[in-house]
Order: sequence, then C-alpha cells, then structure tokens
Amino acid sequence: MKMKKLFAAGALAAAGIFGAATPAVAQISGDVIRIGIITDMSSVYADIDGQGGIEAIKMAIADAGGAINGKKIEVIYADHQNKPDIAATKAREWFDTQGVDMLIGGTNSGTNLAMAKVAAEKKKPFIAVGAASSALTNDQCTPYTLHWAYDTTALAKGTGAAVVKQGGKTWFFLTADYAFGSQLQADTTKVVEANGGKVVGSVRAPLNANDFSSFLLQAQGSKAQILGLANAGGDTINSIKAANEFGITKTMKLAGLLVFINDIHSLGLKTTQGMYLTDSWYWNQSAETRAWARKFFEKMKRMPSSLQAADYSAVTQYLAAVKSTGSDDPEKVLTYLKKAKFNDIFMKGGWVRGDGRVIHDMYLMQVKSPDKSTEPWDYYDVKQVFKGEEAWTTKAESKCTLWK
Amino acid sequence: MTEIFGIPIQAFLGQLMLGLVNGAFYAMLSLGLAVIFGLLDIVNFAHGALYMVGAFFAWIMLDKWEVNYWFALILAPLAVGVLGVIIERTMLKRLYGLDPLYGLLLTFGLSLILEGIFRDQYGVSGQSYPVPEALQGATNLGFMVLPNYRAWVVLASLVVCIGTWFVIERTRLGAYLRAGTENSKLVQAFGVNVPVMVMLTYGAGAALAAFAGVLAAPVYQVAPQMGSNLIIIVFAVVVIGGMGSILGSVLTGLGLGVIEGFTKVFYPEASNVVVFVIMAIVLMVRPAGLFGKEA
Repeated sequence: MKMKKLFAAGALAAAGIFGAATPAVAQISGDVIRIGIITDMSSVYADIDGQGGIEAIKMAIADAGGAINGKKIEVIYADHQNKPDIAATKAREWFDTQGVDMLIGGTNSGTNLAMAKVAAEKKKPFIAVGAASSALTNDQCTPYTLHWAYDTTALAKGTGAAVVKQGGKTWFFLTADYAFGSQLQADTTKVVEANGGKVVGSVRAPLNANDFSSFLLQAQGSKAQILGLANAGGDTINSIKAANEFGITKTMKLAGLLVFINDIHSLGLKTTQGMYLTDSWYWNQSAETRAWARKFFEKMKRMPSSLQAADYSAVTQYLAAVKSTGSDDPEKVLTYLKKAKFNDIFMKGGWVRGDGRVIHDMYLMQVKSPDKSTEPWDYYDVKQVFKGEEAWTTKAESKCTLWK
Repeated sequence: MTEIFGIPIQAFLGQLMLGLVNGAFYAMLSLGLAVIFGLLDIVNFAHGALYMVGAFFAWIMLDKWEVNYWFALILAPLAVGVLGVIIERTMLKRLYGLDPLYGLLLTFGLSLILEGIFRDQYGVSGQSYPVPEALQGATNLGFMVLPNYRAWVVLASLVVCIGTWFVIERTRLGAYLRAGTENSKLVQAFGVNVPVMVMLTYGAGAALAAFAGVLAAPVYQVAPQMGSNLIIIVFAVVVIGGMGSILGSVLTGLGLGVIEGFTKVFYPEASNVVVFVIMAIVLMVRPAGLFGKEA
C-alpha cells in the first residue's frame, strides 16, 4: 500500500517536473481539455445524435489516449430540447464558467445558429455537426464556426438533382416550419429549377405535427410528380408512413431530402425501398468504416448514423490539432485545423474552406429492397459519389464575407 | 367543380374526414381525462404516457410473442388498467383531500418517468406497427381514398365513447359513481364501497387511454414521445368542452379535430396553435367550458 502511494507521488512529481519543463503544456487552459456538446438528447432528433453522439466522442477521446501531454480530455454534454435560447444560454455558461475549449453543435439548425453566435462572441471554436442549415457557413459564417458533416445545399444538390434527372420534373414540398425546413426547401428549389424542373406548391407543417395526412392530401391535389420532404427525424417517418397508408406513393414519388439510417431502420425496408437520399457517410462502405461501426454497435446496440461518425471525426481532428500545436488556444487550434488535411473513418482528404465549410465527399444512396439486404442495418446502395467541392455551396452562391 | 371557401368540394370533404379521424383520438383521450377528473378530481397528466404505454404494449406483444392486433386491443388496455390500479392504490390514494396541484405534479412526474424508461429502451425514432390484415387497403369514397384502418378508428372510438357515456349516465353503477363524487361519505353510508369504485374508475380511465394507444399504433409511429405530443391538445379539448363533462369532451374532441384539419389547409403554420386560440376565446366567454356547468 505504502509502495503504491510512493509510486503515485513519484509519478505526480515527475509529471510536475516534466510538465514545467515543456512550455506547450502550460498552454492547456485549466489543465484540462474540455469538449462540450449541446444536442437533442430526448426528443425527435435524439437517435441520430444524442447519446450515440456522446458515445462516439468518448470513443474519439479514448482513441486519442484519454490525455494529451498529461492533460486529461473531458466531454460534457447538455440537452437543448430543440430550443435555441437554451442552447445559447448553456453555451455561454460553459464558455464563461466551465472552461469549455471547443463546442460541438448537435442536431437542430436553430440551436446551432444561436450557439455559433455565442462562440464567435467568446472567440472559441464551434463545430456544427448535426445541423443542416447552410446558413452556418453562408450569410451567418464566422471565423470560429466549422460545419463538419453535411448541409442543406449538399442535400439539395444530391437528392434534388438526381431525382430531376430521373424525370421527376414537378415538385411539391412538405416542409418543417422552422429555419432548417425553409432553408432546405429554398436550396432544393434552386437545384430543381436549375435542372429544368418546376415547383408547383408547398405546405409548411409545424415541427412534431402528430398527423400528416391532411398535408399529404394537399400534396396529392397538386398533381406534382415528386413529393419533396423538407423535414427530418420523426416528422419524416410519420409523413412517409402516412404517404404509404393513403396511397400517395402510387401517384407521387417521395424524395426524402434529409433521411438518416435510423429513420430507415425504424420504417423498415418494405416501406422505404427504392428511395433516394443523400448522406455524408454510411457505415457499410469499407472495411475501416465497418470495423469502427461494429465497435460502436457493441456499445449502443445500433449502427452509427453519419452524424455520430462525424462527431467522432470532429473530435479526433480537434484533438490532433491540440496535440500538434501543444495548445488548446482557440486561434492556434483553428489556424492548424484550417491548414490540415483530414483522414479518418468519416472522410479522406477533407479540408476546411474559407467559409468554415469542411469539404469532403458526399454520397447519393438508394434504399435496398428487403431481399437485397444481407444483414440488419445493411440498407443502402451507393449510387453516386460527389467528389470534393462538387456538392457544396459555390463561391458565386456564397454570401459569406470571410470567403470573398 | 363546386367549391367551398375556395377549395374544391372533394378536397373539402376529404379534409373533413381526416379531421374526424384525428378528432376521434382527441375524443377518446379527453373522455378518459374527463372521467378521471369528474370522479376523482385528479388532473391526470399521466394520461398521454398511459396512451403511449398502451401502444408499446401492443408492439411488444406482437414483436415478442406474435400476439395479433385484435388480442392486443383487449390485452393492452387490461394490462394498463392494472397499472392504473396500482398507481391509484400506491400513490394517488394518498393525495385525496389535498390540493389538486399535488395530483397534477405526481402524474406529471409519472409521465416523465414512463417516457424516460421507454426512451432509454427503444430510442425516439419509434417502432412501426403494421396495419392488421383485415383492415389493410383503402376504400374510394368518391371524394377521397380513405384507408380502411382510419375508418375503423372512427367507428371504434365512437362505440367506446358512447359506451362510456352510457355506463356513467344511464346505469346504476354510473349513478353510484356520480353520487360518490358528490358526497362520498353519504354513499358509503348506503353500503357502497367508494374507495374500490374510485380505484376502478382510475383503472378504467387508464385502460381507455391504452385502448386509444393501440388504435393509434398502426397510424403513428410507436414512439415514447407520442403521448406528450398529443396530451397538451387533449387538455385543451377538456378545458374547452368543460372540465368533467363527458359528452362535452367527446363532441369537442371531434369538433376540434375538424377545425384543426381545416386550419391545415387554410393556414397550415397555425395548425398547432389553433386549438389553444379557441381555448383562450372559450375561457373568456364561458369560463366553465362549452358544456360545463357554471359553479
């Protein structure tokens, strides 16, 4: 026992001596690298990020050794309940009193736009992972925001263009009535029109509406060929369900503009087969992604969504930056990240553009029919890869003042 | 084509029908709430959670033991009714005679716990419950294609609502119940076991919620938050109809379903607040609700 204590004391002393000798270590503020994530932990978007997202972050911290230069890495999390004011207040509290060095924005665009403002004011790195709104790196871009996984522009360019090219010329939108929904509708409309299609109408449904049949009947009345679902999570699930029930799928084709693998899992392949969707990542892509996904599965009992993989990637790259610069100073880390190339399970050769957009490949996928699926969660065929900058906002389209 | 308020008559009738389907759920849930409030003076915030538990029971029974829909329609309400009885015996019983606020807080807490348990176990994306074979397909009504299952929902809920109303207003048992709430001491003096009656009433209310949950399972995704999405509207329905009025809550439920349905056509953004706007207006004009008796 005494021996053990002595050893511990010795180790501590050694850490102290070497710590003092290495100037880089002094640059870890508060002697801990603290990562915060504010996301939906309990409501409609909790499956695509939520607890699984936090688990992915923990995996990234473990893979980085749990500490950098002897300084512990920690994650703290909070539930924003999809309310921007809660997200902003929590972010402010964390930066001011908890010494959070980097903040990850989970799902919901409204909350992310609010957190991005706070982070810019506090001059701390903010990595938006779960939010879709392209405004984060467009008219509301800041030097402190990095948008990691996907955005509404990429979803529109992926699914929108693919569907129009297959003959879906006339569109009707069922749109979630908040920042994300209207942005996704606007972005998709641009793509549809640019490809020679036409939008004949739209209806805005409140977030978490309990029944979509009424909206769907309106969509059917429009005689459009394509029903564009500019919504997410539970809303998408319930609208697809009702569309099947009311036979809408016989006269119209559904285009889910933001569909995650959890939604497909929940609806089943019978209901969703043949549907096109765009995503930033799919677990069953390569040996490397499969291996990571199975590790995740062991912990969560479900396969990771693209967002959970992106959480892992964002934290991995952030920690690599802290390690290389020997500092958690926001400016140093961000400068490093903006010059780095990212290679991990989520992306290959990724990089940060001037507007804060993380550039990587995006994938157009089609949902398999039940007989083609070889195992649980084996749901997609990758139909097209959008390389590099192909999927993202172009310089001409951007209103971001940092990227001019 | 003939038009009503600027929309084709066919679309109008279609929306009316959908409004009735949603209204049927409101009616069934607010009925249970009204019965519990009327007879126990408990504002049962756990009602939404019991509805959710009913739907999950049906799904679990199908998934684990392949119990079909029709059995689930009987078994799930029974099981949730027993759960209701346990809740009443172990917890609610202690609150009688106290400020109604305590009952509200207790049931609200219960609903958070129940939701949390199911969220932890099954996540939020929910589970799909297939439409039973006999009710698959749709019928062309001329003005719209109505899925057979939705027609069944309206029918089943009407039967349940009328049945409940009949039991409470037109039978001897109902007379005891009503008398028991007016003056429990006196009724007890006549040899009626009031505590058991109250316990069974809460159990029956819970069973009604579960029945609605099983009916809802094939229509909506079976998800932990399905109850809380609905319960606030249902509370507004009860307030508009008049607290404790059974017939009032059924008619208001159906009526509000229809009004909400039309709001989805004319001004969809407002469809989730229209019920509350109506509630505010009703409270200003008739504080006791449309069918409530002025105290």
